[in-house]
Amino acid sequence: MADVNNDLQLIQGDLKVESITNAWYEKYKYSNYGAIITFVGVVRDENYIDGLSFDIYEPILKKWFSKWQEKAKSNNAIVLMAHSIGDVLNHKSSYIAAVCSPKRRVALDLIDEFVEDFKANAPIWKYDIVSKKRQYALNRSTKIQGAGILS
Amino acid sequence: MITVEFLGPINKKSLELEITNLNLLGDILKEDENLHKWLDNSAVAINDVLVKDKNHILKHGDKISLLPPVCGG
Repeated sequence: MADVNNDLQLIQGDLKVESITNAWYEKYKYSNYGAIITFVGVVRDENYIDGLSFDIYEPILKKWFSKWQEKAKSNNAIVLMAHSIGDVLNHKSSYIAAVCSPKRRVALDLIDEFVEDFKANAPIWKYDIVSKKRQYALNRSTKIQGAGILS
Repeated sequence: MITVEFLGPINKKSLELEITNLNLLGDILKEDENLHKWLDNSAVAINDVLVKDKNHILKHGDKISLLPPVCGG
């Protein structure tokens, strides 16, 4: 398991949602955060897939997450995240994001920005699992800002 | 010597090259038919920092990474 101050967890296989989110709640419930918001991503059964699979490039992901920790801190908030590496079958969780903040409005805004920026810039690659083979989900993927400078 | 690594679905072994800037790297990679389609849509990092300037000067020991389109979650 990799971590950035224990608030970024990268886990082989599907995420045990209750244990992760309960641990976050137990850890932070006495920190006077009035709002704790969790976003749980669940793999949908669609397009004949058996599940999804993920590759992660940890060095850049950790830098990306550190920037978000700084941004959250400037709002007196914190961000938390867990993500799967490898295969996650349908109906299991592959991604959990959370924000803890003294203020409701800050937490609601930050979780929205945090999840959207994650989708656009976190160095994670998604594959559909079809007949036990991985197929890169290119048509659902987003170019990172600045892509194409070598073309 | 610089190292070039290909992340995620590009699925190609790392290269070691004697080059001094990204323009030269682009020229070399364009010659590989399997890589050509990735050059348009991949971002580039030098020593794990994303770069947007093709004229960036490379130095001995640098690690270049190609990052194709992403989709976490």
